[in-house]
Amino acid sequence: MKLLTLNFLTCAIKTCKSSPASFPLHPRDAELEVVEADLNLAFLKNILPRLMWDELRVIASELGLPALPETPPSKADLSIPSPTAPAPATTLQLDPEAIDAPENPPVVESDVEEETPSQTAVDLHRILLETCITEGKLVCGNCGHEYAVKEGVANFLLPGHLV
Amino acid sequence: MAELEVRGEEYEAQHVHSVYEEIASHFSSTRYKPWPIVEHFLKGLPDGAVGADVGCGNGKYLAVNSKVFIVGSDRSTNLVQIAKSHEPHTAIVADNLSLPHPLHSFDFAISIAVVHHLSTPARRVEAVKAILDLLLRPKSNDQPQSGGRALIYVWALEQKDSRRGWDEGHEQDVMVPWVLKGGEKVKKEKGKKRRKDDVPKPNEEERVVPVQEEKTFLRYYHLYKRGELEHDIEEAGGLVVESGYEKDNWWATAVLRGKE
Ligand SMILES: [Zn+2]
Repeated sequence: MKLLTLNFLTCAIKTCKSSPASFPLHPRDAELEVVEADLNLAFLKNILPRLMWDELRVIASELGLPALPETPPSKADLSIPSPTAPAPATTLQLDPEAIDAPENPPVVESDVEEETPSQTAVDLHRILLETCITEGKLVCGNCGHEYAVKEGVANFLLPGHLV
Repeated sequence: MAELEVRGEEYEAQHVHSVYEEIASHFSSTRYKPWPIVEHFLKGLPDGAVGADVGCGNGKYLAVNSKVFIVGSDRSTNLVQIAKSHEPHTAIVADNLSLPHPLHSFDFAISIAVVHHLSTPARRVEAVKAILDLLLRPKSNDQPQSGGRALIYVWALEQKDSRRGWDEGHEQDVMVPWVLKGGEKVKKEKGKKRRKDDVPKPNEEERVVPVQEEKTFLRYYHLYKRGELEHDIEEAGGLVVESGYEKDNWWATAVLRGKE
């Protein structure tokens, strides 16, 4: 389960939702795994205003991950301004190996400006979309209820007396 | 037949949840083609939109748009295990009446072929309300469409051209069979032993299940009649934006109604 999910999860018990202590859920005994995923800059930029930054910082520190900056990055922080003078197209033809290699697709000149993700974007992508909890628990800070995570799936079914 | 039992949570546990858990892999193998209106709804979302798929089943709709982020949930662990493979989304196990999401935090929510499994009118309205409560509130009361949007799909009573042949005037609360054949039945026998409250009988290990044996499961459905989905949405505090009929189903998109 990607860490981004925790931005949209809280306790399943109705009476907990009005309490600020129920968000975010706190990972406990968590096993982490990094699963590489494609970085979508437009996605990251649009999701940025939705992130509960202070809460995500708490989660990152509880999981022993590198600390997130104190203040959330701005949309502009996520991309590197594109170079003013594009490299001449002939450069590519001089280096046929680069064209053949799948990780270096030939650069196609177009009217659409392709933005390059900044290191900040790469780091944010790594924490939110590539870092996953595979096993462990998610604990409500209000009622203490523990939700198990198994094989990357969190289970929020409640025992009858808590529904 | 169904009238002899009291409808509600326990009834659904027996006549909906346990059936899906049992038929999960076979059910999933038959569910891959998205409904056109759902597909259109999901493809029209901006990159980075965040949504919930309440009752996501095998995750069929998580495969439609990989540029949005969807938290899919389902009551069936077996179906969620199938659904979790769809990147970049997440699938969790949850009950649609006790969803583990902060209120009013999603740009969109879908619930496709789910609400019709709730077995009383009050529980169906509660299920619709749980979906609407996920949506971002509108920016102001006179711009209700500036908030999050939900798409809900339910099975229609009016489907006289379908294989089932139901139509206006038919009983709306029905039991619908799902037939498992051969190999699936063997799976079921294995799965049964793993339940902790199920004491294994001697020789159960060796029980041989004929390959041709069929097993029929009955699922409870409430078939929606014209206008009923819109009624439930309004009852639950929603405002219907669009609604219609698509191949044996009623559907509607809705937003939260502003406070009066
Ligand atoms: Zn709680």
